[in-house]
Amino acid sequence: MKLYKKSFRIDFMGKRRLALIFSVALLLTSLGSLIFQGLNFGIDFTGGTLLEVGYEQPVELSDVRQDLGEAGFGGAIVQHFGTTRDVLIRLAPGAERNNAELSNEVLATLQANGDNPATMRRVEFVGPKVGEELTEQGGLAMLYALIGILIYVSLRFEYRLAIGSVAALVHDVLIVLGLFSLLQLEFDLTVLAALLAVIGYSLNDTIVVSDRIRENFRKIRKGTAVQVVNTSLNQTLSRTVMTSLTTLLVLFALFIFGGEAIHSFSMALIMGVLVGTYSSIYIASPTALALGISKGDLMPAPVPKEGAKLDDRP
Amino acid sequence: MNRYPLWKNLLVLVVVLVGILYAAPNLFGDTPALQISATRGASLEPEILTRVEQLLKERGLDYQSVRLEDQRLLVRLRQAETQLKAQDALREELGSDYSIALHLAPATPSWLRTIGGLPMNLGLDLRGGVHFLMEVDMEAAVQQAEERYVEDLRSLLRENRLRYLSIGRLGAGGVEIKFRNTEQRDQAETLIHDEYFDLLLQPVEEGGSPRLEITLSEEEKREIQRLALQQNITTLRNRINELGVAEPTIQQQGRNRIVVQLPGVQDTARAKEILGATATLEFRLVDVTHEVQRAVEGRVPAGSRLYYERGGAPILLKKRVILTGDHIIDAASGIDQQSGSPAVFVTLDGQGARLFSKVTGENIGKPMAVVFIETKTETRMEEGESVKLHRRVPEVINVATIRDQLSKRFQITGLDSTEEARNLALLLRAGALAAPIDIIEERTIGPSLGQDNIEKGFQSVLIGFALVLVFMALYYRVFGLIADLALTVNLVLLVSLLSLLQATLTLPGIAGIVLTVGMAVDANVLIFQRIREELRNGNSPQASIEAGYANALSTIADANITTLIAAIVLFGFGTGPIKGFAVTLSLGILTSMFTAIIGTRAVINLIYGGRRKVRLAI
Repeated sequence: MKLYKKSFRIDFMGKRRLALIFSVALLLTSLGSLIFQGLNFGIDFTGGTLLEVGYEQPVELSDVRQDLGEAGFGGAIVQHFGTTRDVLIRLAPGAERNNAELSNEVLATLQANGDNPATMRRVEFVGPKVGEELTEQGGLAMLYALIGILIYVSLRFEYRLAIGSVAALVHDVLIVLGLFSLLQLEFDLTVLAALLAVIGYSLNDTIVVSDRIRENFRKIRKGTAVQVVNTSLNQTLSRTVMTSLTTLLVLFALFIFGGEAIHSFSMALIMGVLVGTYSSIYIASPTALALGISKGDLMPAPVPKEGAKLDDRP
Repeated sequence: MNRYPLWKNLLVLVVVLVGILYAAPNLFGDTPALQISATRGASLEPEILTRVEQLLKERGLDYQSVRLEDQRLLVRLRQAETQLKAQDALREELGSDYSIALHLAPATPSWLRTIGGLPMNLGLDLRGGVHFLMEVDMEAAVQQAEERYVEDLRSLLRENRLRYLSIGRLGAGGVEIKFRNTEQRDQAETLIHDEYFDLLLQPVEEGGSPRLEITLSEEEKREIQRLALQQNITTLRNRINELGVAEPTIQQQGRNRIVVQLPGVQDTARAKEILGATATLEFRLVDVTHEVQRAVEGRVPAGSRLYYERGGAPILLKKRVILTGDHIIDAASGIDQQSGSPAVFVTLDGQGARLFSKVTGENIGKPMAVVFIETKTETRMEEGESVKLHRRVPEVINVATIRDQLSKRFQITGLDSTEEARNLALLLRAGALAAPIDIIEERTIGPSLGQDNIEKGFQSVLIGFALVLVFMALYYRVFGLIADLALTVNLVLLVSLLSLLQATLTLPGIAGIVLTVGMAVDANVLIFQRIREELRNGNSPQASIEAGYANALSTIADANITTLIAAIVLFGFGTGPIKGFAVTLSLGILTSMFTAIIGTRAVINLIYGGRRKVRLAI
């Protein structure tokens, strides 16, 4: 049997209302969580001090908390990180003691324990101003990326398809953010990078579909806009599935074997690839359809007759 | 049909070979090494090289090579065990004029190095080390400049016998001079204007005595800030040099920030202490004509100022500074022969020596004090906002009677410990910071975590990559194998580009590579799906290949260019790890376009091209 002999005939657009309800529900949940619960920002954004220490033997968190409390670090958030021998300590940006020396004091406190000494694995201190700037820069980067993409797609395709792809992007980014908010996963610099990668990926997917829609509008003479979109989606389906699958393969490898440091990163990307694949089918194209894209919009502009301009002259 | 001209095949071949060549340095790993650099502006003379070689031979320490490489001497050793022994031995021999840092030098063969082949730079998250982001307090820099102007203007008026009531800094910035009458003020105005033409002078009448308000122009403020930043960078570089760190990075970031990266540094406490310390010395004569007790009660005589000694005892010192730390060109710690206590041996520059010898010559038999001034930073909460305050803390560390006329060399005693003597000597050598700096971001990655990150990062990329290769081969058969070849070459090209550009690979950078693999697969999939479609539509194999590539091209270009836009925006706005991600992603897009569009086509043409009857295994 030859795989390529098969061609798909799925009526994607017939179910677009259902998809719309699904997307709206997802978006509302995400927005709700973002508004009421917010994101669990890491110290990259909030500022503060973070220490990752490794113990020789498994350690009780309550003991660590007690040690820290006695040394005057009562407000520390203490949690296991990966194994019971690794501990992550976070100190919120405080008033008096918020400076780079703090990490040394905390470390000294933890290392004072003779039976189960701690070794420093990672210490990070971010000033409140740096975090603020980062949040600003991150938001701006996101905005500029979207604007750049909007311009490029408008020029290369058509503004309705451009709006469709940006709608898909916003949809994907919001849902991934919503997931991070719902599960209260830590949102740090690498997750921001992942989010921008999600934009790249989602866009890639949407462009491939849009490209086919443009081509088919020019090629297929009969049929409604919805039919053309459906045909395009079916034609690109194998590719969409193949690419998503292979990318997911790599991402799952990262998620499982990559270690704690890129856990959130790969999580965001996995989520982004899944949502991005869905949105390229059910958000980008329906948006363009809803905006009334038609055959005429994508036909190459007719070449003006020579001298036509001259005739208009009074 | 479907044949590439010879030049195109050759192009692909050359690119692949060059790619392999420049990716190769990453396979060789590191050798333990020592990096020797001269401190205190001394230069590395070629005879050092022979001295080092001789010493290593004498001690029976097995070394691979000793080579001068841009301003530093690199000693490559054969075993990691000899690294510490060699460091100790060289330290003994070379003394404190040189700093000797432990280093891992790339073990790239020399022929590869001569054509510019170097392994990728690993970010601190992959090899361990400290990253500091420091902010220079620019307001303090301007303030200090204004204080200097107060002194300069005071002596200018004095020298010209112009009377004034008072001179001082204004709280809101600027300098204010009060006069008895407008005539004197006007004379002063002309005088100052002639002498310091870039100062802005503003005569003020209202309220009491006539005044002259003096402010710095915006350009001058900017210049002061620029110089302060430059001097701080130089000072930090000196201090880091003293710390003996291999391959440190000290860079300006933005208008008022400095990035310092110290790979492999463990003792962050000491690093912070040395880098952030803003200490300087002042030499002042002791005021012996007035009573200290009266000053403590609040009646400080004009021309003097109240200070405190280490133990808390008050002492009156003359306001006039004999000498500041700026004139110190060398300082070494040691033990005072007479008392056996820790001391710092100071050497002055020519101007400093002249000044010092004049004053000490005139004041033999009188006491002189050494004031140690440290700028301390405090964070305080004010109305819900944390405010940084810099406080200058002067402390008299030593009072001694001037026995002889001192000049170029002398010693400071009265320090608490040898450790303190060493730190003071280091700070004096490295010069003072022009303006206080705050560490506003610090990231330390332990070497074990770095090792862990790199192993897991590469491992997971390899596993994911292998899975993709298998999957592609199963799904597209021969074409899948061709894609696999292209993906592998893509990875090699990407690594070679990163090595050639000496870009820094970070953990997010590895993630960027992963995304690149995804994009590269996508390009291949797009082409192969198109070829399948063409075959399904009943076209001949050769025509299908041709049409498949032609149709997929615009899609691939559009998809990649949009991603490239996102990557470039990321590069422009991102910092550190995000930049690393953007670099690998954008380079990866370029290499994957090359391998997917031109590379695979070349191979397919070689296998299938030019034949009339052919069955495509796709």
